[in-house]
Amino acid sequence: MEFFTFILLTFLVVCAISVCLCKKLLTSIVIFMSYSVIMSMIWIILESPDLAITEAAVGAGVTSVLFFVTLKKIHAMNDRKEEEDEPTQR
Amino acid sequence: MSRLRDDYEKTAWRRLVHFVNGDKEAGEEAGYAVETEKTAARIREEFFEEAKWNRRKEETDTIVSQYAEWPETRGVKYFSRIYGLLAAVLCVSIIVFLLITVANLPKFGNASNPINNEVSERYIEKGMEETGAVNIVAGMILDYRAFDTLGESHVLFIAACCVLILLRIDVKDKTKKERAEENDRIYEPKNDAILQYVARIVVPIVMLFGIYVIFNGHLSPGGGFSGGAIIGAGLILYLNAFGFKKTERFFTMKTFSTISVIALAFYAFSKCYSFFTGANHLHSIISAGTPGKLISAGLILPLNICVGMVVACTMYSFYALFRKGGM
Repeated sequence: MEFFTFILLTFLVVCAISVCLCKKLLTSIVIFMSYSVIMSMIWIILESPDLAITEAAVGAGVTSVLFFVTLKKIHAMNDRKEEEDEPTQR
Repeated sequence: MSRLRDDYEKTAWRRLVHFVNGDKEAGEEAGYAVETEKTAARIREEFFEEAKWNRRKEETDTIVSQYAEWPETRGVKYFSRIYGLLAAVLCVSIIVFLLITVANLPKFGNASNPINNEVSERYIEKGMEETGAVNIVAGMILDYRAFDTLGESHVLFIAACCVLILLRIDVKDKTKKERAEENDRIYEPKNDAILQYVARIVVPIVMLFGIYVIFNGHLSPGGGFSGGAIIGAGLILYLNAFGFKKTERFFTMKTFSTISVIALAFYAFSKCYSFFTGANHLHSIISAGTPGKLISAGLILPLNICVGMVVACTMYSFYALFRKGGM
């Protein structure tokens, strides 16, 4: 169990660093999502299942979905497709 | 036209001439003339000003042209170097500060830690007996600390209101609304068969699980907030699969405001006496019931339902407002 916790904590640190260093916004949101999932597993290990449920629902679910919608609104999502589409539209 | 005298317009002769010619009131006319004279002077002054300004501008232009390349080459280099250095210094100092704080924390799980005082002892030992909730956390946040949870629900409600103020598109503005709705589905297929099939299976299960988490809040891990978040996520999935037309059959702005206000008002009124007396634990009229049964724990179950409804509505409304600026 201790080994498993150690692996989870390592993943947590790796996720936290890679969110900052990631150039693409979409990728960094997905990494942020995985950070929340790992965090919810750690909450279960720390014997607080209430927080684990909330973290999984809010952190991994709703927050990232809101981030995705925001990215779509500011047209930062699938930029390559947009570049291909634009000449045909005009 | 040559100028005779500065105060020519004001002389008696001039006034007489005006009178004979049947012009307007002589004094008024003279005043007007003075006015024009003044504006002419101002225009002249402005012209000189402008000339001076142009000369100065030329001077500055020559200076600017000397350093025009500077920000693109050396300036950016200096700036980015200083910026990176300062960012690194700030980051390292915060890390050091936090690590020092962590090192000074009391040992994890130590019996003499400050958290192991009479408050938590009381909650753990007498919580089930006094509140009737098997889940000590639910008993704590909805009975002993019900005031804090009320504040939390209000924070969510206020956050939803702020998003509403910022992102809502006026219903009367037809073109803007249509454009937002059109914009909404740029990158997505309109009726994705796979998503709809999966949603048809998953959404009921998600909803049921959310309801279970809310209703069992006083018996098992979970409670109003987590269950509400799960239901909100289920609603978002349903909206994604079937679009706004289907969700608007049962969830509009009116539903949101009604549910939120009724839930918050019920919460506040049902606990108001307890809040009024300084949140002292009073003997409640509603019996705590047998711990472990579904209908037990007094007010905790209805309060959990209230919080869950507020949270579910808020989550869904956030998503809907972010997507098309309306519900």
